[in-house]
Amino acid sequence: MRRPMLALLAAGLIAAGAGEAARAAETPAPPQEHWSFQGIFGTFDRAALRRGFQVYKEICSNCHSMDLLHYRNLEAIGFSEQEVRNIAAAVQVTDGPNDAGDMFERPGRPSDPFKAPFPNANAARAANNGALPPDLSLIVKARAGGADYVHAILTGFKDPPPGFKMFPGMNYNEYFPGHQIAMPPPLSDGAVTYADGTKATVDQMARDVATFLAWASEPNLEERHYTGVKTVLFLIVLTALMYGVKRKVWAEVH
Amino acid sequence: MTAAPVKPYGFKNPLIRWIDHRLPMFSYLDHELHEYPTPKNLNYMWNFGSLAGFMLVAMVVTGVILAMHYTPNAGLAFDSVEHIMRDVNYGWLLRYLHMNGASMFFIVVYVHIFRGLYYGSYKAPRELLWLLGMAIFVLMMATAFMGYVLPWGQMSFWGATVITNLFSAIPWVGDAIVTWLWGGFAVDNPTLNRFFSLHYLLPFIIIGVVILHIIALHRFGSNNPLGIDMKGPQDSIPFHPYYTVKDMFGLGIFLIFYACIVFFAPNFFGEPDNYIPANPLATPPEIVPEWYFLPFYAILRSIPNKLAGVIAMFGALVLLAAIPWLDRSPVKSARFRPAYQVFFWVLLGDCFLLGFCGAHPPEGWYVLAARLGTIYFYLHFLVILPLLALFERPRPLPRSISEPVLGGGMIGAPARAAPMERA
Repeated sequence: MRRPMLALLAAGLIAAGAGEAARAAETPAPPQEHWSFQGIFGTFDRAALRRGFQVYKEICSNCHSMDLLHYRNLEAIGFSEQEVRNIAAAVQVTDGPNDAGDMFERPGRPSDPFKAPFPNANAARAANNGALPPDLSLIVKARAGGADYVHAILTGFKDPPPGFKMFPGMNYNEYFPGHQIAMPPPLSDGAVTYADGTKATVDQMARDVATFLAWASEPNLEERHYTGVKTVLFLIVLTALMYGVKRKVWAEVH
Repeated sequence: MTAAPVKPYGFKNPLIRWIDHRLPMFSYLDHELHEYPTPKNLNYMWNFGSLAGFMLVAMVVTGVILAMHYTPNAGLAFDSVEHIMRDVNYGWLLRYLHMNGASMFFIVVYVHIFRGLYYGSYKAPRELLWLLGMAIFVLMMATAFMGYVLPWGQMSFWGATVITNLFSAIPWVGDAIVTWLWGGFAVDNPTLNRFFSLHYLLPFIIIGVVILHIIALHRFGSNNPLGIDMKGPQDSIPFHPYYTVKDMFGLGIFLIFYACIVFFAPNFFGEPDNYIPANPLATPPEIVPEWYFLPFYAILRSIPNKLAGVIAMFGALVLLAAIPWLDRSPVKSARFRPAYQVFFWVLLGDCFLLGFCGAHPPEGWYVLAARLGTIYFYLHFLVILPLLALFERPRPLPRSISEPVLGGGMIGAPARAAPMERA
């Protein structure tokens, strides 16, 4: 439903989305995947969200922060209050100053933001060969292609084509602009063990974590979709009513 | 001293009668909305004026509420917008309504402007009405530009840098002016603070100019698709209820479109880069303005000299404003101007071409297309329009508005009296 509407809009306002086309000329466009949250009735696949959070927690969060999310937000994707408490309590956060004026460590609470892997950007660069792993809170909205792009990057690692000159420490990725990405391939088959028994292939993990990151970028997507459906239905009825009133009022003029 | 005897208005409600006798706001509204004679043949293109008014109010209302939660500080602005999106009740809705409202406002206003161009609504005696409209358009562009800077994303920051740098093209004082605009030596916190202040101020100035625009409109009333004056009561109908109900129907259609964007594709008009926090050390691969600036951006970039490019870009606006004096044809509506009608559509196509070029990096054939588009834009206003007035043979105009509608014989028929009484 989303694609045809976009195409229709694009016909009217060709110029609007045209920037992406030029970028796509250098790097192949990420393949279009099917996502549970697509379309006007789209909702997040809860099981995929849970698995995606697990992939983030066990793999991505070693380098990537998610500063805009709080542990309490996880209740929205199906974790119980107690589960959220346990997840938060598993990290130590710095708090303070206390009455003596000292900072202190305490277990995390649901109201804390996700703990970042590095204290600051310089520390992150120092630990990552000079590259800064971007914050992932908005990554799906901050990249052309969205979840397709995230999935494509995570599954797009390849051996460089013959003759392609690589900088030291870089990795070849088909879908990354310029094809050289500092991130080594983060996923390998079986890298996580899913509690629900889903086979943890690279493609499956990429799909799950892309779903989780899509939710993180747009936590109100489901509410937006169903409010939208109700709003548009209401407006259609209102507009039809207005058309009837207009016809009646104008009947004598024509 | 004593005013002319007050014509008693037959308001039934004694409180309204009491107020109106002392402050004639109800009789004023009655005069401007109910009695206000409007040509009976306005088509749906005339809905876009009231739609623009609706969007202005919608933007002010959503904007005032957003400002209650937004923080205009370079270190906090980006996160405060995300706070609105994530933690404020219905903040995502307010923010998406406002963000896409800017695009909706420009769509509506562009249709409104091109409707004026097609039906010659800018011609005497409506030149000032047109100029006031142009003033609103320029104020809107300034407001939209500054609003786009406020989320302090990458495109906000670099867009602000590129656009403010345009002023450095002014000889001698350019650099000093840019420093003055920035409040420093780069786009930074002082720039964000003043942009927020002005972004809050300008809409209220727009409201002031809109009031003038409406006063000027009501002096001679709306133009109409035939471009001929109303000859008497048989040509007109009262604005209310006829056009209020027609505007409500148009508003419904428009709101369906607006809601579909807001709820199902809220980032369609935006750039992904603006969800990356502003970083003065990393220039995005491409700096693209919002879609509504793209034709002007294409004109700017099509000229290799910076000063000349800036002049050409602002010149395009000046030409648009000067059209009442460039188009000397006495016939208003393009319906009766066979040649102008063709050139109108070519101009519209030219604007789409320029917009398309503006969205792409200036390489390859885009450069040539943008240059040809720019030349044609100037040619249309400076050569084609003046020549058309001399050489075009307009089709014969109908004698009155009711003639083509009623088929000649019924001029003077009371098409108006009966329905009015029921209203």
